Amino acid sequence: MKLRHKKILTAYLFLLVPLTFFAFIRFYPMISAFYISFTDWNIISPVKNFVGLANYVKIFNDSVFRISLLNTLKYVAYGVPSVIVLSLILALLLNNITKLQGFYRLIYVMPYITPLVATSWVWRWMYQKPPTGIINNFLNMLGLPTRSFLMSTTEALPSIVVTTVWIEVGYCIIIFLAGLQSIPKEYLEAARVDGANRRQLLFKITIPLLNPVIVFLSVMQTIIFLRIFTQVYNMSDQGSGGPLNSTKPLVLYIYQKAFKSFDMGTATAATVILFLIILGITVVQLKVLNKKVEY
Amino acid sequence: MTRSEKIIKIFSYLILTTLIIVMTFPFIWMVLSSLKPFREIYRPYLFPKNPTLDNYKQILSSSLFPNWFLNSLFVALSTTFSVLFFDSLVGYTIAKYRFPGRNIIFIFILSTLMIPTEMLIIPWYIMSSRLGWIDTYWGIMFPGMITAFGIFLMRQFMETIPNDLLDAARIDGISEFGIFLKIALPLVKPALASLAILNFIGNWNAFLWPLIVSSKPKMYTLPVGLAYFSSENLMHWELIMTGATISTVPLIMVFLIFQKQIIRGIMLSGLKG
Repeated sequence: MKLRHKKILTAYLFLLVPLTFFAFIRFYPMISAFYISFTDWNIISPVKNFVGLANYVKIFNDSVFRISLLNTLKYVAYGVPSVIVLSLILALLLNNITKLQGFYRLIYVMPYITPLVATSWVWRWMYQKPPTGIINNFLNMLGLPTRSFLMSTTEALPSIVVTTVWIEVGYCIIIFLAGLQSIPKEYLEAARVDGANRRQLLFKITIPLLNPVIVFLSVMQTIIFLRIFTQVYNMSDQGSGGPLNSTKPLVLYIYQKAFKSFDMGTATAATVILFLIILGITVVQLKVLNKKVEY
Repeated sequence: MTRSEKIIKIFSYLILTTLIIVMTFPFIWMVLSSLKPFREIYRPYLFPKNPTLDNYKQILSSSLFPNWFLNSLFVALSTTFSVLFFDSLVGYTIAKYRFPGRNIIFIFILSTLMIPTEMLIIPWYIMSSRLGWIDTYWGIMFPGMITAFGIFLMRQFMETIPNDLLDAARIDGISEFGIFLKIALPLVKPALASLAILNFIGNWNAFLWPLIVSSKPKMYTLPVGLAYFSSENLMHWELIMTGATISTVPLIMVFLIFQKQIIRGIMLSGLKG
């Protein structure tokens, strides 16, 4: 009896600092963010008035907010399918080979672990107009027309997506490869004995069995593209999300509202919107993953 | 091996090898550009005609890069040690002790994973400016001192430790904290290594929060410093690429040394789903 009490006490003692941390650094700020989003607080003035949903009405009437929301959805729509399809294909190819598999995997994941700020500036350098930009020089060499990439309102966003795909692909390859290698060989053997061809093996066995991994990675990548910031900040002029707001995502909008205009109420309202989008996607993921599929 | 299998294999190698060029070229171009003198930087050839280390000398002697480097090193190491200690302590407590509220506490901690950092930065900033944490190391580090993901991970590994082992240590008169430190921790070393390395990389690369919480250039971390330095030297791509190389090379080295732990860590992070 005594030992049991001592152990319970020890457990609480061990959890004291961490629980205080989660309460004050995670939970309380979240509540506080909800609260601020209902006030007209500007960090310079000490007055905080409760304004109800006024901030939410205000941002949806703000054309810059609508543009950045739309841009964020574009990042997701272009980025997520590209990352998933590319990394799945590469993982399947990697699964075909035995020698050097570890080496290829190592090289592919390098962009993922290098500092995003550094890779953003390297790509910005490569995207420069001719004769400076190496990509344009390469296009020139092939006799193709040169492009303005980051300088153009239509090409800048896709250019940033390309860089982000280059970064994220390696991570997804590792997860896909682990998923592929956990598929029992007997399944494939049995199907082969039954006379299934290569394509049937891939689409009827491998990909359905990989489904949970595909869902997991799609959701994870969606959240990553929804939260895109660092690349855009470093690849657009003065971190503005330009040219003409054409690359500005939600998080950059929040950053500018909060730390350039010091309009905390509006900025937190935008963070709440981001939170709700992410929450919605996570709930959908849990629903899809919990649906048991029988093979 | 049948003929079609052989063809598929050769085809796979061919594509995978071509892609290596795409994946590594930006790194190669970064390093090559950092070795070019200014008058060569706008020339379209790959290799520098007169390779020089002058850019490195200039950056190390007349910019704040050495400062930023040390800031990043200190911040990344300190948060990593804190994360290792607290995450494994909480994981151990939840896995190995029976006490009222255990499940609720675990769910509470895990539920914080749902909150995006972007929603917390504004309250964090207000908190930091009230408490005088702006432009301090603590200000940069405090949000990452304990992580819910690490707790989740360590709990899973701590659960595999047999209870008999811990009870035997209790009979030997080792204190409860001693059991955690001397018996439990050494048994989960591989998991600790992966958690450490992923955390170090994450903190070394962190951008948004350090950008907000530091206003004095002296207090910048390497990514924030690089962003600031680059926008100040916009035409000097040779200097920007030198700065980028300086912030990338240590990480590539860490990566090559600890590749096994990193790959395993990435696989473990996939367990979350």
